[in-house]
Amino acid sequence: MNTTTTATAKDGRTQIVRHNKIDLALHLLRDASDQSHRPLLLLHALGEQTPAAVPPWVESWRGAIHGLDFTGHGGSTIPRGGGYTAELLLGDADVALGALAPGSPDGMITVLGRGLGGYIALQLAGARASQVHGAIVLDGPGLAGGPTGPTSQSFFSLETHGEVPDPYALVELGRDLRPPDYVRAFVRLAIDGSDLDEPVAVCTVFRPDWLEAVAGEHGVMDVALAEALDAYA
Amino acid sequence: MSGSAPGPPALDFPGAETPARQYDLDANGVRIAVHEWGEADAPPLLAVHGGFDFARTYDLFAPRLAAGGWRVVAWDQRGHGDSEHAALYSWDADMRDALAVFDHVAGTVGGRNGHFTPLPVVGHSKGGALMTQLADAQPFRFRALVNMDGIPYKRNIPDIAEHERTKMLSDDIASWLDHRRRTADLQRKPGTIDELAARRGRMNPRLHVDWLRRLVTTGGFESADGWRWKIDASMRFGGFGPWRPEWTLMRLPGLPMPFLGILGAEMEEMGWGTPPKKVLPYMPLLGRCEVLDDVGHFVHIEQPQLVADLVLDFFGEPA
Repeated sequence: MNTTTTATAKDGRTQIVRHNKIDLALHLLRDASDQSHRPLLLLHALGEQTPAAVPPWVESWRGAIHGLDFTGHGGSTIPRGGGYTAELLLGDADVALGALAPGSPDGMITVLGRGLGGYIALQLAGARASQVHGAIVLDGPGLAGGPTGPTSQSFFSLETHGEVPDPYALVELGRDLRPPDYVRAFVRLAIDGSDLDEPVAVCTVFRPDWLEAVAGEHGVMDVALAEALDAYA
Repeated sequence: MSGSAPGPPALDFPGAETPARQYDLDANGVRIAVHEWGEADAPPLLAVHGGFDFARTYDLFAPRLAAGGWRVVAWDQRGHGDSEHAALYSWDADMRDALAVFDHVAGTVGGRNGHFTPLPVVGHSKGGALMTQLADAQPFRFRALVNMDGIPYKRNIPDIAEHERTKMLSDDIASWLDHRRRTADLQRKPGTIDELAARRGRMNPRLHVDWLRRLVTTGGFESADGWRWKIDASMRFGGFGPWRPEWTLMRLPGLPMPFLGILGAEMEEMGWGTPPKKVLPYMPLLGRCEVLDDVGHFVHIEQPQLVADLVLDFFGEPA
């Protein structure tokens, strides 16, 4: 099924995975200290990129730790003319899943996202429930998202020159619609398809409406990060 | 703006005309192909095609509007027809590309220097829905709006148990993601003109086979192993997301410009499945809706003269 084109960048720690016309940078931050543990995929927040080193808050993870730069961010392609959606980023994360899951001892990975990346982690947990062993949502830029329903809208173009991150990404992904019932559907998919009783962990202080709805669902842990990492290790 | 090289001649179909002019616009870095019918100095009228269509699907309809004294300007949305296959597609991106065309066309009739020139606009299907939303967001750009069978009503969700619905959503998402994993190397399937016309005919069963064959020669290209549709292979029907069709419907009642809805009474696969009686209560103050019996989703192709006459009468004298 997976015909994703892959290549390895010069540093040997970054794999280039292809999502349609976009080359995505998938970074290996640290090899597994114990090969029996599954990989952890970090998804950065809006306007960020994969950190250069393992963040201290995931030091305890014993499997390999990877980070994906979303479209328009970090080392990934900056497309022309915008057109970003959260569902596009879900496709990015799914391509990364396709690259990492075969190397996992049980064919699954755990996903941890900050801000916007947390929203995508939740979506991935629902979309590929049998391959995601837990999704962790952390505070970070882009956590709020846009409105939960139709609004008066503005449409405009931006003067861009290939900047990183792409200004279109900042604008379009900063206002993506997140109706609570739409987001809850991903939680239910995760519960239906996962072997975990609680496949989603909300570890945020800030709770926008969509996340409040998620946190109230059966099958969602409302815990500190360390506890979530222990649960999914 | 740059000129496009003319493609191979299209197959003949009674009443169909190749555009008089074709050129490209740079829409924020994405190349958008524009097609025009009618006299170059006639007042402009914008025509917006539907999803999985392209500007040349107006080859029958646009000449009839042009005969009424208009310069009909249509463009291929990104990924469609002769426009660039972009890296990303979204509703907002289509809207931004549309604004580039609006600005260009308004600029040709003195709409620069900080003043917008309101234009008459007609849109079909997705093009109608796009323009309805834009008319709500930027009404000063519209002199009047015609929406041809592009009024979304609501999602067609079968009356089934919750767990079945969840399963359907799961299948939809997995299918879409599987498709996305394959798109890096994907090409449209090649075939003869008749084979591509037959494929299209399954989606457009009410359209004449000779029209569908012509469509292959305007919306496709020929290579060594046969004809392929030009549309980006990464695009596909369906998908999922937070947007709900009824949100477009909610924008209708507040539109301030004259509005004409033209609906085909026969439901078709590529249509929105909008029952006319459900949208009539949403007509704006200066709006009305015409329902065409025994006509399907492609009102302007099935009945080009009838629909053109409705539109010409609605827009009034070109000016």
